[in-house]
Amino acid sequence: MRRKLVRAVRVVAVNVFRESVRDRVPYNLVLFAVLLIGSSYLIGQLTAGQDVKIIKDLGLAATSVFGLFIAIFIGIGLVSKEVDRRSIYALLSKPVSRAQFITGKYAGLVLTLAVNVSVMAIALYVILAYMVWTQPPTIRAGWDAPGIDPALLKAIVLIFIELMLVTAIALFFSTFSSPIVAAAMTFGLYIAGHFNSDLKNFEHVVSSKAAARLARGAYHILPDLSAFDVKTEVVHGLPVTMGYMGSTALYGLAYVAALLLVSTLIFSRRDFK
Amino acid sequence: MMRRNDLGIAVMASIALAAAISIQIVRDRWYPRDDPQKEAILYVTSGGALQRLALSFDAILADVYWIRAIQHYGGDRLSGPKAQTKYQLLFPLLDMTTTLDPYFNIAYRFGAIFLSEAYPGGPGRPDQSVALLRKAIAVMPQKWQYYHDVGFVYYWRLRDYKTAALWFQRAAEQPNAPNWLAPLAASMLVHGNDRAAARFLWQQIAKSEEVWLRRNAERSLLQLRALDQIDQLETVVQKYPPPKGEPLSWNSLVKRRVLPGQPVDPVGTPYILDPVTGRVRVSEQSALHPMPEEPRRLQ
Repeated sequence: MRRKLVRAVRVVAVNVFRESVRDRVPYNLVLFAVLLIGSSYLIGQLTAGQDVKIIKDLGLAATSVFGLFIAIFIGIGLVSKEVDRRSIYALLSKPVSRAQFITGKYAGLVLTLAVNVSVMAIALYVILAYMVWTQPPTIRAGWDAPGIDPALLKAIVLIFIELMLVTAIALFFSTFSSPIVAAAMTFGLYIAGHFNSDLKNFEHVVSSKAAARLARGAYHILPDLSAFDVKTEVVHGLPVTMGYMGSTALYGLAYVAALLLVSTLIFSRRDFK
Repeated sequence: MMRRNDLGIAVMASIALAAAISIQIVRDRWYPRDDPQKEAILYVTSGGALQRLALSFDAILADVYWIRAIQHYGGDRLSGPKAQTKYQLLFPLLDMTTTLDPYFNIAYRFGAIFLSEAYPGGPGRPDQSVALLRKAIAVMPQKWQYYHDVGFVYYWRLRDYKTAALWFQRAAEQPNAPNWLAPLAASMLVHGNDRAAARFLWQQIAKSEEVWLRRNAERSLLQLRALDQIDQLETVVQKYPPPKGEPLSWNSLVKRRVLPGQPVDPVGTPYILDPVTGRVRVSEQSALHPMPEEPRRLQ
């Protein structure tokens, strides 16, 4: 029984992944590689010896931006596309529950993101290895962190979990709204999520206790996306503890679980007759 | 296999693109749009606001501002006296860079050296150098290099040896500080300074891993060597005055075999001898011009 449940989720997930490949999503990887290779050549001329730092910044920022676009623009269509094409009827007539459908759709897009982020990380390390190889030891000695720094993976892992969270948000809005509204809402929540930490200490800004409490409540309800950003620390070789990594990852996964459950709830109550 | 129809469309598209590029080239030639004012625009003036707007992309935005700072500095330095902005954006750009990425070590050290440099080598604003370094210390209070750089600005640019000694002492108290800092602070308190101390400090900076910092230190060391040579030449000029009625000149000294030839500075440009006062100076054509105003020894 349990195996059947997992199998249904897997089938939906694999289909989402295949569809993303058919939709030419992997093309962004080519763009990423061209961006990194091109900039690694150009910025050496412009940055007064800061090329490795800038390549790391650029690689991590591009991983985040490309992933964000994939998460939002594919995530918002995960459910609504099936409804618009009326393929939802055929799908739900098969032995696939709505919860399995939502989980499978989510897992498929997360798999697409995982492949993307992994390939981007490998490309970034290859470029960095080339730069380390071409720089003399005297220049390398001046870098804040080693060129091929395993700590970069910490930033990449947290970017991936942030993307998982954004995907869950997009999927959540996709269950009850049109793609345009879902895109606007997801992007809005992404921005709000990055300003979220400001709400934490709102009592220092306003005198009204009610407003401060409201802001505090919003801080807890809205996704705290700024917590996933350790790019600066990692690039400068500053410590990011495993405790911080673990607690932030757990926070992200718990939030994803909550969003998936609410999405399933909303989707289960939708009437497709 | 491409169909003939598709090939025709591809050719037409290429022709249209080539036409657009040609028109652009001709238009730029006829109606040049190089606006010097454009360079002087900072776009956003609040680093804090920009940091909030950058979401999680503040580090990459810091890199953009760093590149702008380098281009602004390089552009004004290459333009020389013709420069429109006279490095006026250097501090705001570096301030913005370090607000967006508070750990951007090189931006602080670049500012420390070049903001304080006298015009035309820099804007001649040691106050801005110190402000930027104080910002660095607030973020990374254990980096001895920033305390050292503040001390250096007080010593080399502001001639405030007591404050410089205080900062060198604070640098010596930081973890991993080199052992020459404490004696340097003590010596500066007693003597103020002399050229040997200046040479020593520049030699330390010349050991930096940063190429541009090393180059600047190497140029300063050559300037110090030129100052030594000028002292020696002025002694020679005073010791061998010209025959009565003749002006002071290198030719006269060469003819009398006091000097083997016209003396040149460490980069190969002939020194200038004032025929009236006998003072020797570096030529304005020399790569070492302008020479630094030398710190004085305390009496």
